[in-house]
Amino acid sequence: MDALAHLLAALLLAPLLPGIINRVKARLSGRVGRPLFQTYFDLARLVQKGVVESETSSWMLPLGPVVSLATAAIALTLLPGPAGPSPAAFTGDFILAAYCLGLGRLALILAALDSGSSFEGMGASREAAFSALAEPVLFLCLLALAADAPDISLSGMLGRGLTGSLAPERLFVPVILFILLLTENCRIPVDDPNTHLELTMIHEVMVLDHSGPDMAAIVYGSSLKLWFFAAATVLSVLPVRAMPPVAGWAVFLAGLAVVAIAVGLVESSMARLRLIRVPRLLGAAGTLAALSLVLTVWR
Amino acid sequence: MELFGLSLACYLLGALCALVFGGREAANRLAPAAAVAGSLAGLAGVLGAPVSAVSTLSLPWGLPLGAFSLGLDPTTRLFLLPVYILGAAAAVSGSLHLAGHEAAHAGGDRRGPHWFCFNILLFGLSLVMAARDGVLFLIAWEIMSLAPFFLISLHDDEADVREAAWLYLVAAHIGAVCLIAFFTLAMGQAGGSSFEAIAAAASAGRLTAPTLLFLLALVGFAAKVGLIPFHVWLPDVYAAAPSHVTAVMAGGMINVGIYGLWRTLELLGPPALWQGWLLAALGLASALYGILRALAQGNLKRLLAYSSVENMGLVCLGLGLGLIGRASGNDAMAVLGFSGAVFHMLCHAGFKGLLFLCVGEVLAAVGSMRIAHLGGLAKRLPVVGGAFFLAAAGIAGLPPLPGFLGELVLALAILTGVDLPGLLPRVGMAAALTALAAVGGFALAAFAKAGGLAFLGQPRTPAAAKAASPAGPALVPILFLAGCLLLAATLAPGLLGLAGQAALAFPGMDPAPARTALAGACAIARTVSLYSAGIVVLSLVLLWLRRLLIAAHGRRRGPTWGCGYTAGTARVQYGAASFVEPTSQILGQPMGLTRRLDMDPGLFPKRAQLFVTSPDVIRSRFFTPLFEAIARGCDALKVVQHGRVHLYILYVLATVVLLLAWKL
Repeated sequence: MDALAHLLAALLLAPLLPGIINRVKARLSGRVGRPLFQTYFDLARLVQKGVVESETSSWMLPLGPVVSLATAAIALTLLPGPAGPSPAAFTGDFILAAYCLGLGRLALILAALDSGSSFEGMGASREAAFSALAEPVLFLCLLALAADAPDISLSGMLGRGLTGSLAPERLFVPVILFILLLTENCRIPVDDPNTHLELTMIHEVMVLDHSGPDMAAIVYGSSLKLWFFAAATVLSVLPVRAMPPVAGWAVFLAGLAVVAIAVGLVESSMARLRLIRVPRLLGAAGTLAALSLVLTVWR
Repeated sequence: MELFGLSLACYLLGALCALVFGGREAANRLAPAAAVAGSLAGLAGVLGAPVSAVSTLSLPWGLPLGAFSLGLDPTTRLFLLPVYILGAAAAVSGSLHLAGHEAAHAGGDRRGPHWFCFNILLFGLSLVMAARDGVLFLIAWEIMSLAPFFLISLHDDEADVREAAWLYLVAAHIGAVCLIAFFTLAMGQAGGSSFEAIAAAASAGRLTAPTLLFLLALVGFAAKVGLIPFHVWLPDVYAAAPSHVTAVMAGGMINVGIYGLWRTLELLGPPALWQGWLLAALGLASALYGILRALAQGNLKRLLAYSSVENMGLVCLGLGLGLIGRASGNDAMAVLGFSGAVFHMLCHAGFKGLLFLCVGEVLAAVGSMRIAHLGGLAKRLPVVGGAFFLAAAGIAGLPPLPGFLGELVLALAILTGVDLPGLLPRVGMAAALTALAAVGGFALAAFAKAGGLAFLGQPRTPAAAKAASPAGPALVPILFLAGCLLLAATLAPGLLGLAGQAALAFPGMDPAPARTALAGACAIARTVSLYSAGIVVLSLVLLWLRRLLIAAHGRRRGPTWGCGYTAGTARVQYGAASFVEPTSQILGQPMGLTRRLDMDPGLFPKRAQLFVTSPDVIRSRFFTPLFEAIARGCDALKVVQHGRVHLYILYVLATVVLLLAWKL
């Protein structure tokens, strides 16, 4: 029941996260900014538009947005809610979640290559390279959580908070998950979602040739993916499962808002890294994860 | 067993037909038909009996050594499955491709000998996996190893093809030498040539040098599988051989090395822990190296060859995990590792066979396998393109296809192994899981590259722009394999249960915990199936919604967004080398990419050229110097080979005297 509630909350509230991020960025640069619900307005507008398809594209083009949205939604069902585990939880379900998101990524990469544009090829090749590096970091980080979990599933590992004696190595985990959030969702310092220069983009340049409902699916799918990583980050810190359900939900949602604000703060205070530097960021996250894991196992 | 015998007879009959009808069209029809019949008979035999049934057959044979004893058990049945399925599909595909066009060959019609060897290869493969006697195994192994040499060299007027065929022969025989040594030592110490005798001697502790035996078998079988550093023959051979032959080699033949390794491990008795760690490390190293090399390739067949190295590495990792589990008494981990290995082997065989058949159609339609000559083929060859993407997603281990389940079971074995006592095993398991994730990520990149650049975008050459879809019958083998894979996707939990039967039959396994672990994995597989169905259904619903929205709001076609530049051509698209540029910035060294930029430094620069190549460092830094040193040594020995007969007789005398002095 709780998992269903979480899924519903994610499906309904996910577009709010980009709204919060944009609002924080606007405020910090002295502007009023777009409305909080701008992403909902965008989605409503996009769905009512027609589609312009590239003459080069084949039957692959529509599959990209559709599959990326479907897999993001499916991956969310594996995440535990703030008050209870996912009903589908099983040992190793985090692998299914990661590979689901991988399938969505492959579909988007192929849809980008389908347009025959060199810019979209550029985005696709960067996405393929960086996500290949992000995946092992995610697994290492989750293993560090798994060491004292009741079972090695997302529901078993997340939502317990930093249990026991406040072990310093466990503090790394939310940091790593946050870096992965920035990488996987193409935020600064890895990618700039608001840039206007195609040469420097990753995610945004891949979807240049999508329009109308296709674009809506992509925007909505990426909000869901942002929710997935933000929720994982929150659940790795806060022991929401130990609280009464209502308090748990309130703390969880507040935590999500804090993560979104943190993303906004990072985006306002940092420049985008040079693309060559991105692997170093991921390498640092991976090293932290390995350190955390070794320390956890050591105990 | 009767159907297995019938299938062997069909293969022999096909070989005979090919010889009798040598240079005529009939050979191209009858011999493949016999191969299909043999494969279907074998398939009926495998699927007809319960997989755990064990049957044996012994026939008299005239040789003083060994015995003609065959047996079918779960392991043999599961490893025979891809041989039969791919054998049938490849025979049909090859027959259609060779129809009519070989008669013009300079050296006369080669199709008779070609189909003879094809049938003999299938015969040898079946025999190797059913042999229950060391001598018979070696004979079958040699038959199975020799046939591909002739199959590869079908188009031997090309220098590349001749060189690849020789490379194959050398690699196959480096392996065979080790295997002959292994079986001779084992049979000598056991005092009998049957597998039972060797196993009995091993469990009684009568094999004096088990470490040496293990290493000999490992090298012998690794050379066939293509684990590093013995993978160097794969890319050249796969690129040179006809596609239907490659499909059988990649999907059916190299598995025989895994099969042999499995058998050897069963024969040699309780495994040592270090053997498991060695296999796991070798497997992971092969997987990582293979997928990085695959990512660097610009030729589809070479890319697929390196991807075979990767996948066989994962299978070997499964074997290693199984051994670690056995050696440390963790039978849950053992059964997961072994069944993950078998399941992944089956998935790889299906997907890789399909990919090679698709590449064969691309080669026939465009005349090239280089990504730089392809592009936009999904529009012109929609069925081939669809099958290629299906198999590519499957081999990258993505849900909803069964390839995911194979990787998941391997990961479950690793997660079970996290409980092993001690810090080092835990760190090792964590490293293994991380490496598995990295392999998955790079496999996605490699197959996004292969499919996306060859089948999507604009055609890069006029030949690719004019490519025509193959005629109806040529699509039959592709659709057949794709159907088999979709069936496997829906039956994945059951298939995992079958793979588990082979794992449960591993000697020394404690059935109770092993069965519990297998049942747990099957339950997980059912959840995964549910999720896979969910992905498919949700995607279809969204596609239907999209169609409704488009019907309401309209659809237009326009040029690709060129960022303000309207004179773009197909050549400005991302290519094979540029797609991996970000990865090569980080991992250029292991990928072996070398770049050479020829640029005119003057004020008015002329045409510049960039060359990106990816030579295999293991081949150029290790094997080439090694074989050159051997050649120099042989040259030095020519001193004793001078043609004076009286001195030769002196050599004989000296040898005899030395031998007498040594023994007396």
